[in-house]
Amino acid sequence: MNYAYYPGCSAKGTGRSYEESLNAVFGALGTGLDELKDWNCCGASGYPAVDMAKAVALSARNLALAEGARPGPAPVDVIAPCAGCYRALLKTERALADGGAVAARVSGALGAAGLRYEGRARPRHPLDVLVNDIGLDRIAEATVQPLRGLRVACYYGCLLVRPYATFDDRRAPTSMERLLAAAGAEPIDWPLRTRCCGGSCYCGGPLIGALPDATLRLSHRLLADAKQRGADAIATVCPLCQFNLEAFQGQMARKFDEPVSLTVGFFTQLLGTALGLDRRALGVHRMLQWRLPEPAGAEGGTHV
Amino acid sequence: MGLSSLDSAPGAAHEVLPQFCMQCGTCSVVCPMIDYMEHSPRVLNAMLMAGSYEDVLRSRAIWACTGCYACTVECPKQLSVTESIYALKRASLRTGVYPRRFVTPVLALQFVRLINRRGRSSEAWISLSLYLRTRPFQLLRYAPVALRLMRRGRLPLWSDSLREPAQLRKVLDALEVTTGEDR
Repeated sequence: MNYAYYPGCSAKGTGRSYEESLNAVFGALGTGLDELKDWNCCGASGYPAVDMAKAVALSARNLALAEGARPGPAPVDVIAPCAGCYRALLKTERALADGGAVAARVSGALGAAGLRYEGRARPRHPLDVLVNDIGLDRIAEATVQPLRGLRVACYYGCLLVRPYATFDDRRAPTSMERLLAAAGAEPIDWPLRTRCCGGSCYCGGPLIGALPDATLRLSHRLLADAKQRGADAIATVCPLCQFNLEAFQGQMARKFDEPVSLTVGFFTQLLGTALGLDRRALGVHRMLQWRLPEPAGAEGGTHV
Repeated sequence: MGLSSLDSAPGAAHEVLPQFCMQCGTCSVVCPMIDYMEHSPRVLNAMLMAGSYEDVLRSRAIWACTGCYACTVECPKQLSVTESIYALKRASLRTGVYPRRFVTPVLALQFVRLINRRGRSSEAWISLSLYLRTRPFQLLRYAPVALRLMRRGRLPLWSDSLREPAQLRKVLDALEVTTGEDR
Protein backbone atom coordinates (compact mmCIF):
# COMPACT_ATOMS: atom_id res chain seq x y z
CA MET A 1 0.00 0.00 0.00
CA ASN A 2 1.09 3.54 -0.67
CA TYR A 3 2.37 5.80 2.05
CA ALA A 4 0.75 9.14 2.87
CA TYR A 5 3.12 11.89 1.81
CA TYR A 6 3.74 15.36 3.23
CA PRO A 7 6.10 17.18 0.84
CA GLY A 8 6.71 20.48 2.64
CA CYS A 9 7.36 23.77 0.88
CA SER A 10 10.97 23.15 -0.18
CA ALA A 11 10.01 20.00 -2.09
CA LYS A 12 8.17 22.31 -4.49
CA GLY A 13 11.07 24.74 -4.79
CA THR A 14 14.79 24.41 -4.23
CA GLY A 15 14.37 20.75 -3.24
CA ARG A 16 12.28 19.64 -6.22
CA SER A 17 14.71 16.92 -7.13
CA TYR A 18 14.27 15.44 -3.64
CA GLU A 19 10.59 14.87 -4.37
CA GLU A 20 11.31 13.62 -7.88
CA SER A 21 13.95 11.13 -6.77
CA LEU A 22 11.86 10.01 -3.79
CA ASN A 23 8.90 9.22 -6.06
CA ALA A 24 11.15 7.43 -8.53
CA VAL A 25 12.87 5.30 -5.86
CA PHE A 26 9.65 4.33 -4.10
CA GLY A 27 8.05 3.50 -7.44
CA ALA A 28 10.99 1.28 -8.39
CA LEU A 29 10.68 -0.54 -5.07
CA GLY A 30 7.01 -1.25 -5.67
CA THR A 31 5.34 1.31 -3.44
CA GLY A 32 4.09 4.85 -3.88
CA LEU A 33 3.36 8.16 -2.21
CA ASP A 34 -0.08 9.78 -1.90
CA GLU A 35 0.37 13.51 -1.41
CA LEU A 36 -1.87 15.03 1.27
CA LYS A 37 -4.48 17.30 -0.26
CA ASP A 38 -4.21 20.97 0.65
CA TRP A 39 -1.37 20.53 3.16
CA ASN A 40 0.07 23.63 4.81
CA CYS A 41 3.58 24.71 5.83
CA CYS A 42 5.01 22.91 8.90
CA GLY A 43 6.05 26.23 10.44
CA ALA A 44 9.74 25.30 10.16
CA SER A 45 11.68 27.00 12.93
CA GLY A 46 10.43 30.50 12.19
CA TYR A 47 6.91 29.92 13.46
CA PRO A 48 7.79 28.40 16.86
CA ALA A 49 9.97 31.48 17.48
CA VAL A 50 6.80 33.56 17.30
CA ASP A 51 3.89 31.43 18.50
CA MET A 52 4.28 27.90 19.85
CA ALA A 53 0.62 26.87 20.00
CA LYS A 54 0.02 27.90 16.40
CA ALA A 55 3.23 26.20 15.30
CA VAL A 56 1.98 22.97 16.87
CA ALA A 57 -1.41 23.49 15.24
CA LEU A 58 0.09 23.84 11.75
CA SER A 59 1.45 20.31 11.83
CA ALA A 60 -1.63 19.07 13.68
CA ARG A 61 -3.76 20.07 10.71
CA ASN A 62 -1.48 18.12 8.37
CA LEU A 63 -1.66 15.01 10.56
CA ALA A 64 -5.45 15.39 10.77
CA LEU A 65 -5.64 15.61 6.96
CA ALA A 66 -3.67 12.36 6.69
CA GLU A 67 -6.09 10.59 9.03
CA GLY A 68 -9.09 12.08 7.25
CA ALA A 69 -7.88 10.63 3.95
CA ARG A 70 -7.61 7.15 5.51
CA PRO A 71 -10.53 6.49 7.83
CA GLY A 72 -10.49 3.42 10.03
CA PRO A 73 -8.54 2.26 13.02
CA ALA A 74 -5.25 1.60 11.25
CA PRO A 75 -2.17 3.76 11.86
CA VAL A 76 -1.25 6.08 8.98
CA ASP A 77 2.43 6.51 8.17
CA VAL A 78 3.07 10.03 6.88
CA ILE A 79 6.32 10.33 4.97
CA ALA A 80 8.07 13.68 5.43
CA PRO A 81 11.36 13.87 3.51
CA CYS A 82 12.46 17.30 4.78
CA ALA A 83 14.22 16.93 8.12
CA GLY A 84 12.74 20.24 9.29
CA CYS A 85 9.15 19.18 8.51
CA TYR A 86 9.85 15.78 10.03
CA ARG A 87 10.90 17.37 13.32
CA ALA A 88 7.91 19.74 13.30
CA LEU A 89 5.50 16.82 12.80
CA LEU A 90 7.19 14.82 15.57
CA LYS A 91 7.04 17.81 17.90
CA THR A 92 3.30 18.10 17.29
CA GLU A 93 2.73 14.36 17.67
CA ARG A 94 4.43 14.48 21.09
CA ALA A 95 2.85 17.76 22.21
CA LEU A 96 -0.62 16.39 21.46
CA ALA A 97 0.07 13.02 23.06
CA ASP A 98 1.13 14.54 26.39
CA GLY A 99 -2.34 15.94 27.01
CA GLY A 100 -1.12 19.27 28.42
CA ALA A 101 -2.53 22.76 28.01
CA VAL A 102 -1.21 23.16 24.46
CA ALA A 103 -2.75 19.83 23.45
CA ALA A 104 -6.18 20.90 24.69
CA ARG A 105 -6.04 24.27 22.95
CA VAL A 106 -4.79 22.82 19.66
CA SER A 107 -7.42 20.05 19.69
CA GLY A 108 -10.05 22.69 20.30
CA ALA A 109 -8.74 24.78 17.41
CA LEU A 110 -8.81 21.78 15.08
CA GLY A 111 -12.38 21.08 16.18
CA ALA A 112 -13.38 24.66 15.39
CA ALA A 113 -12.34 23.96 11.80
CA GLY A 114 -14.05 20.56 11.68
CA LEU A 115 -10.81 18.61 12.02
CA ARG A 116 -9.72 15.92 14.42
CA TYR A 117 -6.39 14.28 15.23
CA GLU A 118 -6.75 10.86 16.83
CA GLY A 119 -3.07 10.02 17.09
CA ARG A 120 -3.13 7.46 14.27
CA ALA A 121 -0.98 9.50 11.90
CA ARG A 122 2.71 8.86 12.53
CA PRO A 123 5.49 10.94 10.97
CA ARG A 124 8.05 8.78 9.18
CA HIS A 125 11.24 9.75 7.41
CA PRO A 126 11.90 8.02 4.06
CA LEU A 127 15.37 6.96 5.28
CA ASP A 128 13.68 5.07 8.12
CA VAL A 129 11.14 3.52 5.74
CA LEU A 130 13.79 2.44 3.23
CA VAL A 131 16.06 0.87 5.84
CA ASN A 132 13.49 -0.56 8.24
CA ASP A 133 10.29 -1.22 6.23
CA ILE A 134 11.62 -2.04 2.78
CA GLY A 135 14.89 -3.40 4.10
CA LEU A 136 18.51 -3.53 3.04
CA ASP A 137 18.18 -6.99 1.46
CA ARG A 138 15.54 -5.70 -0.90
CA ILE A 139 17.69 -2.64 -1.69
CA ALA A 140 20.74 -4.80 -2.44
CA GLU A 141 18.58 -7.07 -4.61
CA ALA A 142 17.19 -4.12 -6.61
CA THR A 143 20.62 -2.55 -7.12
CA VAL A 144 21.52 -2.96 -10.78
CA GLN A 145 24.27 -0.34 -10.98
CA PRO A 146 26.19 -0.60 -7.73
CA LEU A 147 27.79 2.70 -6.70
CA ARG A 148 31.15 0.94 -6.71
CA GLY A 149 34.04 3.22 -5.82
CA LEU A 150 31.79 6.08 -4.75
CA ARG A 151 33.16 7.45 -1.51
CA VAL A 152 30.18 9.15 0.00
CA ALA A 153 29.92 11.37 3.08
CA CYS A 154 26.49 10.73 4.61
CA TYR A 155 25.24 14.00 6.06
CA TYR A 156 22.35 13.89 8.55
CA GLY A 157 22.44 17.50 9.71
CA CYS A 158 20.52 18.50 12.82
CA LEU A 159 16.89 17.72 12.78
CA LEU A 160 16.63 14.19 11.44
CA VAL A 161 18.06 12.73 14.63
CA ARG A 162 17.72 15.63 17.07
CA PRO A 163 16.02 16.07 19.42
CA TYR A 164 13.88 13.00 18.68
CA ALA A 165 15.86 9.88 17.89
CA THR A 166 13.07 7.86 16.35
CA PHE A 167 15.01 5.27 14.40
CA ASP A 168 18.70 5.99 14.83
CA ASP A 169 21.29 7.25 17.29
CA ARG A 170 21.32 10.97 18.09
CA ARG A 171 25.11 11.25 18.05
CA ALA A 172 26.31 8.54 15.73
CA PRO A 173 23.58 7.58 13.27
CA THR A 174 24.36 4.84 10.72
CA SER A 175 21.16 4.28 8.68
CA MET A 176 22.30 6.20 5.63
CA GLU A 177 25.73 4.57 5.59
CA ARG A 178 24.11 1.13 5.74
CA LEU A 179 21.60 2.02 3.02
CA LEU A 180 24.15 3.39 0.57
CA ALA A 181 26.58 0.55 1.35
CA ALA A 182 23.79 -1.87 0.39
CA ALA A 183 23.66 0.04 -2.91
CA GLY A 184 27.38 -0.56 -3.39
CA ALA A 185 28.83 2.78 -2.23
CA GLU A 186 31.71 3.25 0.19
CA PRO A 187 30.57 5.57 2.99
CA ILE A 188 33.42 7.41 4.64
CA ASP A 189 33.83 7.82 8.37
CA TRP A 190 32.64 11.35 9.08
CA PRO A 191 32.29 12.67 12.63
CA LEU A 192 30.77 15.99 11.46
CA ARG A 193 27.75 14.26 9.93
CA THR A 194 25.29 15.63 12.48
CA ARG A 195 26.85 19.10 12.76
CA CYS A 196 24.56 22.01 11.80
CA CYS A 197 25.00 23.47 8.28
CA GLY A 198 23.97 26.87 9.61
CA GLY A 199 20.74 27.24 7.75
CA SER A 200 18.36 24.83 9.43
CA CYS A 201 16.38 27.66 10.88
CA TYR A 202 15.87 30.01 8.16
CA CYS A 203 14.74 28.13 5.10
CA GLY A 204 17.26 29.08 2.50
CA GLY A 205 20.40 29.95 4.37
CA PRO A 206 22.55 32.62 2.82
CA LEU A 207 20.17 33.20 -0.04
CA ILE A 208 17.77 34.56 2.50
CA GLY A 209 20.69 36.20 4.19
CA ALA A 210 19.75 35.52 7.77
CA LEU A 211 23.33 35.27 8.88
CA PRO A 212 25.16 34.73 5.63
CA ASP A 213 28.65 34.71 7.07
CA ALA A 214 27.78 32.11 9.68
CA THR A 215 26.05 29.85 7.19
CA LEU A 216 28.90 30.10 4.72
CA ARG A 217 31.44 29.28 7.40
CA LEU A 218 29.61 26.30 8.87
CA SER A 219 28.84 24.87 5.45
CA HIS A 220 32.38 25.44 4.25
CA ARG A 221 33.78 23.58 7.23
CA LEU A 222 31.59 20.59 6.39
CA LEU A 223 32.53 20.57 2.73
CA ALA A 224 36.25 21.04 3.38
CA ASP A 225 36.30 18.28 5.97
CA ALA A 226 34.38 15.84 3.78
CA LYS A 227 36.77 16.56 0.92
CA GLN A 228 39.81 16.12 3.13
CA ARG A 229 38.48 12.74 4.17
CA GLY A 230 38.33 11.71 0.53
CA ALA A 231 34.63 12.07 -0.19
CA ASP A 232 33.52 12.16 -3.84
CA ALA A 233 30.04 13.34 -2.89
CA ILE A 234 27.84 14.29 0.03
CA ALA A 235 24.45 12.64 0.50
CA THR A 236 21.81 14.72 2.29
CA VAL A 237 18.39 14.08 3.85
CA CYS A 238 17.22 17.69 4.04
CA PRO A 239 16.48 20.20 1.27
CA LEU A 240 17.90 23.08 3.30
CA CYS A 241 21.20 21.32 3.99
CA GLN A 242 21.42 20.28 0.35
CA PHE A 243 20.83 23.83 -0.79
CA ASN A 244 23.26 25.40 1.67
CA LEU A 245 26.03 22.96 0.83
CA GLU A 246 25.55 23.04 -2.93
CA ALA A 247 24.57 26.54 -3.96
CA PHE A 248 27.24 28.68 -2.35
CA GLN A 249 30.45 26.81 -3.09
CA GLY A 250 31.59 29.70 -5.28
CA GLN A 251 31.08 32.26 -2.50
CA MET A 252 32.86 29.97 -0.06
CA ALA A 253 35.85 29.50 -2.34
CA ARG A 254 36.26 33.28 -2.60
CA LYS A 255 35.66 33.98 1.07
CA PHE A 256 37.90 31.28 2.50
CA ASP A 257 40.37 31.04 -0.33
CA GLU A 258 39.92 27.31 -0.47
CA PRO A 259 37.93 25.73 -3.27
CA VAL A 260 35.48 23.11 -2.07
CA SER A 261 33.87 21.85 -5.24
CA LEU A 262 31.89 18.75 -4.30
CA THR A 263 28.74 17.06 -5.57
CA VAL A 264 25.96 17.40 -3.00
CA GLY A 265 22.89 15.32 -3.74
CA PHE A 266 19.90 13.83 -1.99
CA PHE A 267 20.42 10.30 -0.69
CA THR A 268 17.47 9.28 -2.84
CA GLN A 269 19.27 10.48 -5.97
CA LEU A 270 22.29 8.31 -5.20
CA LEU A 271 20.11 5.35 -4.31
CA GLY A 272 18.06 5.86 -7.49
CA THR A 273 21.27 5.86 -9.54
CA ALA A 274 22.13 2.47 -8.06
CA LEU A 275 18.63 1.24 -8.91
CA GLY A 276 19.34 2.14 -12.54
CA LEU A 277 16.81 4.96 -12.71
CA ASP A 278 16.88 7.66 -15.33
CA ARG A 279 18.86 10.81 -14.46
CA ARG A 280 15.93 13.02 -15.34
CA ALA A 281 13.54 11.01 -13.19
CA LEU A 282 15.96 11.59 -10.32
CA GLY A 283 16.09 15.34 -10.93
CA VAL A 284 19.84 15.22 -11.62
CA HIS A 285 19.38 17.87 -14.35
CA ARG A 286 18.35 20.34 -11.64
CA MET A 287 21.61 20.06 -9.71
CA LEU A 288 24.22 22.79 -9.99
CA GLN A 289 26.92 20.16 -10.32
CA TRP A 290 26.87 16.38 -10.53
CA ARG A 291 30.12 14.51 -10.89
CA LEU A 292 30.32 10.95 -9.68
CA PRO A 293 33.38 8.77 -10.32
CA GLU A 294 32.96 6.32 -13.17
CA PRO A 295 31.77 3.05 -11.68
CA ALA A 296 34.45 0.40 -11.90
CA GLY A 297 33.61 -2.59 -14.11
CA ALA A 298 32.24 -5.77 -12.57
CA GLU A 299 35.70 -7.25 -12.54
CA GLY A 300 37.34 -3.89 -11.94
CA GLY A 301 39.52 -2.97 -9.05
CA THR A 302 38.30 -1.31 -5.91
CA HIS A 303 38.93 2.29 -5.10
CA VAL A 304 42.05 2.57 -2.97
CA MET B 1 3.39 45.33 26.84
CA GLY B 2 6.29 45.66 29.23
CA LEU B 3 8.75 43.21 30.58
CA SER B 4 6.63 42.78 33.70
CA SER B 5 4.36 40.56 31.61
CA LEU B 6 7.02 37.89 31.95
CA ASP B 7 6.51 37.80 35.69
CA SER B 8 2.75 37.65 35.33
CA ALA B 9 3.09 34.64 33.05
CA PRO B 10 4.24 31.85 35.32
CA GLY B 11 4.11 29.28 32.52
CA ALA B 12 6.46 31.27 30.34
CA ALA B 13 8.81 32.10 33.20
CA HIS B 14 8.99 28.47 34.17
CA GLU B 15 9.74 27.55 30.60
CA VAL B 16 12.71 29.89 30.30
CA LEU B 17 14.25 29.51 33.73
CA PRO B 18 17.08 26.98 33.76
CA GLN B 19 16.67 26.25 37.45
CA PHE B 20 18.94 23.27 37.50
CA CYS B 21 21.72 24.54 35.25
CA MET B 22 25.05 23.73 36.87
CA GLN B 23 27.09 25.97 34.54
CA CYS B 24 29.23 23.18 33.11
CA GLY B 25 29.33 24.89 29.69
CA THR B 26 28.65 21.80 27.60
CA CYS B 27 25.96 23.71 25.68
CA SER B 28 28.49 26.38 24.74
CA VAL B 29 31.08 23.84 23.64
CA VAL B 30 28.75 22.08 21.22
CA CYS B 31 26.96 25.20 19.93
CA PRO B 32 27.77 25.74 16.22
CA MET B 33 26.74 29.40 16.43
CA ILE B 34 28.71 30.47 19.50
CA ASP B 35 31.05 32.69 17.46
CA TYR B 36 28.04 34.78 16.51
CA MET B 37 26.68 35.24 20.03
CA GLU B 38 27.67 38.05 22.39
CA HIS B 39 26.71 35.75 25.32
CA SER B 40 27.32 32.01 25.11
CA PRO B 41 24.43 29.65 25.96
CA ARG B 42 26.02 28.99 29.36
CA VAL B 43 26.26 32.71 30.06
CA LEU B 44 22.66 33.18 28.95
CA ASN B 45 21.67 30.59 31.54
CA ALA B 46 23.75 32.35 34.20
CA MET B 47 22.13 35.67 33.34
CA LEU B 48 18.68 34.14 33.62
CA MET B 49 19.50 32.61 36.99
CA ALA B 50 20.79 35.99 38.14
CA GLY B 51 17.53 37.59 37.06
CA SER B 52 18.83 39.59 34.08
CA TYR B 53 15.88 38.70 31.86
CA GLU B 54 15.83 41.96 30.05
CA ASP B 55 19.45 41.74 28.93
CA VAL B 56 18.82 38.22 27.70
CA LEU B 57 15.70 39.25 25.81
CA ARG B 58 17.51 42.16 24.21
CA SER B 59 20.45 40.01 23.11
CA ARG B 60 21.27 38.95 19.58
CA ALA B 61 22.53 35.67 20.97
CA ILE B 62 19.10 34.11 21.31
CA TRP B 63 18.37 35.08 17.69
CA ALA B 64 21.62 33.54 16.44
CA CYS B 65 20.41 30.11 17.60
CA THR B 66 19.59 27.94 14.57
CA GLY B 67 17.61 25.48 16.68
CA CYS B 68 19.89 22.52 15.95
CA TYR B 69 19.35 20.87 19.37
CA ALA B 70 23.02 19.95 19.87
CA CYS B 71 22.94 21.54 23.35
CA THR B 72 19.70 19.75 24.24
CA VAL B 73 21.14 16.37 23.33
CA GLU B 74 24.39 16.94 25.23
CA CYS B 75 23.14 18.71 28.38
CA PRO B 76 24.12 16.46 31.32
CA LYS B 77 21.17 17.83 33.27
CA GLN B 78 18.86 17.12 30.34
CA LEU B 79 17.60 20.68 30.21
CA SER B 80 15.59 21.65 27.15
CA VAL B 81 18.04 24.39 26.23
CA THR B 82 16.81 24.82 22.66
CA GLU B 83 13.15 24.98 23.65
CA SER B 84 14.08 27.56 26.29
CA ILE B 85 15.74 29.69 23.64
CA TYR B 86 12.60 29.42 21.49
CA ALA B 87 10.62 30.62 24.53
CA LEU B 88 13.05 33.51 24.99
CA LYS B 89 12.63 34.48 21.33
CA ARG B 90 8.86 34.54 21.81
CA ALA B 91 9.20 36.59 24.99
CA SER B 92 11.51 39.09 23.27
CA LEU B 93 8.96 39.59 20.48
CA ARG B 94 6.06 39.76 22.91
CA THR B 95 7.73 42.41 25.01
CA GLY B 96 9.00 44.23 21.96
CA VAL B 97 12.64 44.39 23.09
CA TYR B 98 14.07 42.16 20.35
CA PRO B 99 17.00 43.60 18.37
CA ARG B 100 15.23 45.46 15.57
CA ARG B 101 18.28 45.74 13.37
CA PHE B 102 19.10 42.07 13.53
CA VAL B 103 17.88 40.07 10.61
CA THR B 104 16.58 36.84 12.16
CA PRO B 105 13.65 38.22 14.20
CA VAL B 106 12.58 40.21 11.15
CA LEU B 107 12.71 37.02 9.13
CA ALA B 108 10.68 35.05 11.69
CA LEU B 109 7.95 37.70 11.70
CA GLN B 110 7.90 37.92 7.90
CA PHE B 111 7.75 34.15 7.67
CA VAL B 112 4.79 33.95 10.03
CA ARG B 113 2.96 36.67 8.10
CA LEU B 114 3.49 34.76 4.88
CA ILE B 115 2.24 31.47 6.34
CA ASN B 116 -0.79 33.16 7.89
CA ARG B 117 -1.67 34.68 4.55
CA ARG B 118 -0.88 31.87 2.11
CA GLY B 119 -0.57 28.71 4.16
CA ARG B 120 2.70 27.83 2.49
CA SER B 121 6.14 29.33 2.26
CA SER B 122 7.73 30.63 -0.90
CA GLU B 123 11.50 30.65 -0.88
CA ALA B 124 11.71 33.22 -3.65
CA TRP B 125 9.21 35.58 -2.08
CA ILE B 126 10.60 35.45 1.42
CA SER B 127 14.22 35.90 0.42
CA LEU B 128 13.37 38.79 -1.88
CA SER B 129 11.24 40.60 0.69
CA LEU B 130 13.83 40.08 3.40
CA TYR B 131 16.65 41.44 1.28
CA LEU B 132 14.59 44.45 0.31
CA ARG B 133 13.84 45.14 3.95
CA THR B 134 17.25 44.58 5.46
CA ARG B 135 19.99 44.94 2.86
CA PRO B 136 18.93 45.60 -0.70
CA PHE B 137 22.50 45.92 -1.94
CA GLN B 138 23.25 42.31 -1.08
CA LEU B 139 20.65 41.25 -3.64
CA LEU B 140 23.18 41.67 -6.42
CA ARG B 141 25.68 39.41 -4.71
CA TYR B 142 23.32 36.46 -4.70
CA ALA B 143 21.39 37.20 -7.89
CA PRO B 144 23.58 34.87 -9.99
CA VAL B 145 22.79 31.93 -7.68
CA ALA B 146 19.09 32.76 -7.83
CA LEU B 147 19.20 32.85 -11.64
CA ARG B 148 20.96 29.50 -11.84
CA LEU B 149 18.31 27.99 -9.59
CA MET B 150 15.50 29.54 -11.63
CA ARG B 151 16.88 28.11 -14.85
CA ARG B 152 16.69 24.67 -13.26
CA GLY B 153 13.13 25.13 -12.01
CA ARG B 154 14.22 25.35 -8.38
CA LEU B 155 13.09 28.86 -7.53
CA PRO B 156 9.51 29.28 -8.77
CA LEU B 157 8.31 32.85 -8.39
CA TRP B 158 4.79 31.70 -7.67
CA SER B 159 4.11 28.75 -5.45
CA ASP B 160 0.78 27.13 -4.75
CA SER B 161 -1.26 28.46 -1.91
CA LEU B 162 -4.04 26.48 -0.28
CA ARG B 163 -7.22 25.62 -2.17
CA GLU B 164 -9.27 26.05 0.97
CA PRO B 165 -7.41 28.61 3.08
CA ALA B 166 -10.51 29.14 5.25
CA GLN B 167 -9.93 25.92 7.17
CA LEU B 168 -6.36 26.77 8.20
CA ARG B 169 -7.54 30.31 8.96
CA LYS B 170 -10.11 28.91 11.40
CA VAL B 171 -7.52 26.78 13.18
CA LEU B 172 -5.16 29.72 13.62
CA ASP B 173 -7.93 32.16 14.59
CA ALA B 174 -9.10 29.79 17.31
CA LEU B 175 -5.67 30.15 18.90
CA GLU B 176 -5.63 33.91 18.70
CA VAL B 177 -6.66 34.41 22.31
CA THR B 178 -3.45 34.11 24.25
CA THR B 179 -2.89 33.93 27.93
CA GLY B 180 0.86 34.07 27.83
CA GLU B 181 0.96 30.65 29.38
CA ASP B 182 1.87 28.56 26.40
CA ARG B 183 2.93 30.98 23.74
